[in-house]
Amino acid sequence: MNPTRIIFQRELAAYFATPLAYIFIIIFLLLTGVFTFYLGNFFGRGQADLQSFFTFHPWLYLFLIPAIAMRIWSEERKAGTIELLLTLPVTMGQAVWGKFLAAWSFIAIALAGTLPIWITVNYLGEPDNGVILAAYIGSLLMAGAYLAVGICISAATKSQVIAFIVSLMVCFGFTLAGFPLVLDLFSAWLPDGVTRAIASLSFLTHFQAISKGVIDVRDLIYFLAFIAAWLYASAIVIELKKAD
Amino acid sequence: MIEVESLSKRFADRFAVDNLSFTVSPGEVLGFLGPNGAGKSTTMKMLTGFLTPTSGTARIMGFDIQEDPVAAKRCFGYLPEGAPGYGDMSVAQFLEFIADIRGLDGARRQARLDAVITDINLQDVQGQKLDTLSKGFRRRVGLAQAILHDPQVLILDEPTDGLDPNQKHEVRKLIQGMAKDKIIVISTHILEEVEAVCSRAMIIAHGKLLADDTPANLSAQTDSGRLTDYFHHITAGGLS
Repeated sequence: MNPTRIIFQRELAAYFATPLAYIFIIIFLLLTGVFTFYLGNFFGRGQADLQSFFTFHPWLYLFLIPAIAMRIWSEERKAGTIELLLTLPVTMGQAVWGKFLAAWSFIAIALAGTLPIWITVNYLGEPDNGVILAAYIGSLLMAGAYLAVGICISAATKSQVIAFIVSLMVCFGFTLAGFPLVLDLFSAWLPDGVTRAIASLSFLTHFQAISKGVIDVRDLIYFLAFIAAWLYASAIVIELKKAD
Repeated sequence: MIEVESLSKRFADRFAVDNLSFTVSPGEVLGFLGPNGAGKSTTMKMLTGFLTPTSGTARIMGFDIQEDPVAAKRCFGYLPEGAPGYGDMSVAQFLEFIADIRGLDGARRQARLDAVITDINLQDVQGQKLDTLSKGFRRRVGLAQAILHDPQVLILDEPTDGLDPNQKHEVRKLIQGMAKDKIIVISTHILEEVEAVCSRAMIIAHGKLLADDTPANLSAQTDSGRLTDYFHHITAGGLS
C-alpha cells in the first residue's frame, strides 16, 4: 500500500478515536444551522436556494479550521512522534499530504452532515441543484485552502494557541484580500499591479464566483495551487523546525 | 554496514557532534556511551535521517541517508529517545500501522506481528491505548515497533530506560539473541548494560570520540579493572 494512504488512514481514524471529531461536527452543524436560519433568514427570503447557507461558510471556516489544523504538526512535535514518523521509510511529501488529506476528508464528512438542508430546500421549492453542487465544491476547496494555511503555521510552532491565533489572522487576511479592509494596507505604498495581485488572492472572491454556479477552471486552479503552495511551504518549515 | 564519515552537527555556536567517523559491521553490538549532552542522541538522529548533519554523512547498508533516505530507512529499525508512539492508538493498531508502513503484507505481516508481540510480552496489553500504558510498557512497544520488520540494523536510543530490573534483563536477552548477524547500536549511560550486551564500546563527550574498544579492554586500562572508573576518568578529564 502507498505510504500516503497508510498515513491518511491512521490520521483519519485518529480524529474519531477521541471526542474531538464528534464535538467538531456537532458544533459545525449547530453553527451552520444558526447562521442559515437566523442570520441568513433562510425562510424569510422566500427563495429556494442555499445562498443564506453558503454565505457564512468563509466565516465559520475562519474559526473552525484553524482549530483543526493547529494540532496537526504541533502535536506530533510535542509528543515526539515526528521523530518516529520521519525515520520510517516515507518521504516528507507523503507525510504532509497524508495528514492534509485526512484533515480535509474529515471536514468533508462534517460538510456532508449538512446535506439535509439541501434535501429540505428541494422539498420546499425547486432550487437550481447545479448551483448548489458547485457551491459545495467551492466550499470544500475553500476549506482546503484554510486548512493548508493552518497546517503550515502549525508546523512552525509547538504552541497550539499560537498556531490557532496566527492561522486565524492569516486566513482572515486571505479571506478579505479583495476588500478595502486589507487592500488599503497595501495600496498606499505598493504599485497597482501588486495590489491587484493581492486582491486576486481573495478566498471570498473565488468562492463567490464558484458558488454562483460557474465552475471556472481558474477558480479551481487557484484553490488547488494555493493548497499545493502552502503544503510545499509546510514541508520546508517542518524540515527546518522538526528537531527544535 | 554502517559507515559514518566525519559527521558534524552544529547548533548555534556549539558543536553537538564534532567530526565523528566510524564503521559498524554485522555481528557487532556497539554501545554508545557518554555523559548527558555528549551528542549520543544527536548522532543517532543523524544516522536515522531525522536531523540533517552540518557536514559529513552516514551510509546504512550502502544507502546514503541524505541522498537515498527512504532506501536507507527501510534497512533499520529505530527506537527514538523516550519511545514516542501515537497515544490514541491501541498497541495492536499501532504495530499494524508500522507493519503497513514497513510494507509487510499477507502471511509474513501476521507472522511478524505475532512473533514480536510474543517476544516482547505484549499479549496482555494489545487492546490498550498507548496513552494508558506504563513507562515500561511504552518502551517495550517502542522496541517492538523497531524490530517488527526484522531489520538488518537496529538503532536504539536508551532501550532500557524506565524498565525495572527484570524487564531490563529481558530486553538485554532479546538484544543478545538478535546480535548474531545484525548490526546493533545502542546508546545508554548504564555501564553494566554495556558490559552485558555490547561487543564494542564508544565513549563520546562534547561530540568527540574519546575511546573505541571492547568493554573488557577499556576496563583493563584502569587499576580497578572497572568500566565505571575508566568512564569517569576519561569523561571527567582525568585521563587522556
